[in-house]
Amino acid sequence: MPDAERPHRAAPSRRAGSQVLVALLVGGLAFAVTVQVRQDDATDYGSLRGVELVELLKSVDVANERLAGQIDELTATRDRLRASRGDAAEAEDVARQRAEELAVLAGSVGATGPGVRLTVSDPDGLVDAGLVLDVLQELREAGAEAIVVNDTARVVAQTYVLDDEQGLRIGGRQVSSPYVFDVIGDPSTLEESITFRGGVRDLLQARGAQAAVDRRSTITITALADVRTPEYARPDVGTP
Amino acid sequence: MIPVIGLVVGVGLGLFLQPDVPLWLQPYLPIAIVAALDAVVGALRALGERRFDDRVFVVSFISNVTIAGFMVFLGDQLGVGSQLSTGVVVVLGIRIFANAAAIRRRIFHA
Repeated sequence: MPDAERPHRAAPSRRAGSQVLVALLVGGLAFAVTVQVRQDDATDYGSLRGVELVELLKSVDVANERLAGQIDELTATRDRLRASRGDAAEAEDVARQRAEELAVLAGSVGATGPGVRLTVSDPDGLVDAGLVLDVLQELREAGAEAIVVNDTARVVAQTYVLDDEQGLRIGGRQVSSPYVFDVIGDPSTLEESITFRGGVRDLLQARGAQAAVDRRSTITITALADVRTPEYARPDVGTP
Repeated sequence: MIPVIGLVVGVGLGLFLQPDVPLWLQPYLPIAIVAALDAVVGALRALGERRFDDRVFVVSFISNVTIAGFMVFLGDQLGVGSQLSTGVVVVLGIRIFANAAAIRRRIFHA
């Protein structure tokens, strides 16, 4: 042990000298510690030995390999997710478009487009359900896509026509003369279907009713049909 | 008192100058610091036991640093530099702990 072990007393002048020497050594140590601590902050591989560098290189290589594997894995996952999201979005678009088309046919949304307005005035009250049904059938045959009568009765697949004391009942809604059919479809075909000789207009006139057909570039239908959830019928999709 | 001034001046110089450790000194400096710390802690213990001697401290300080540096150098030459450095640090660490324990016993009687 080279530590201080013997009591030692010396002359004051020599004591001061050694104190300075001790101070120098302590100061040098403090200086070295400060420098070394600061040195360690900067990652410097200059002080490492060859073996350590090889070890470091090996561990960096392994980490690199592992991270590259992770990158491949995550990239594949990302691509898969992106692709599936694209598919889902496409399917959703198609489904939404189909739902909108079906909604127009089912009468659960409003509709707008070119068409005709057929006005039937029936002063004698001789137009009955059968005749109105004929009109509707004729219009459907001419490719009518959306029909509304008097802006209240939307005509869809389930719509029925009944005679009533006050006039007619179309799909549960009371309508009375004059009957105004707003029809969306090809205007010329629709007009033809009403006005051809021996057709609907002639039938109506035979009952003393006046029928006027009016082409419109835009017909807007806001009336909605009562949408009923099927109680008995279930969709039968793809079951052999 | 003067050593304390030396301590403060040393830290101040290190912070102020911020020199880079020369490449040839880099393997030796950390070991030298630990060796010097051993000498300083030993001196503190002797101071507490009222048998501190400047001369012994100076000699032990310089010899500790020199021997530690020499051992690192020797280890590098023999190809066991890192192992020998670890060994030196462990031995010096044990000595520092022993001295610190003596100081602690003296101050706290525990």
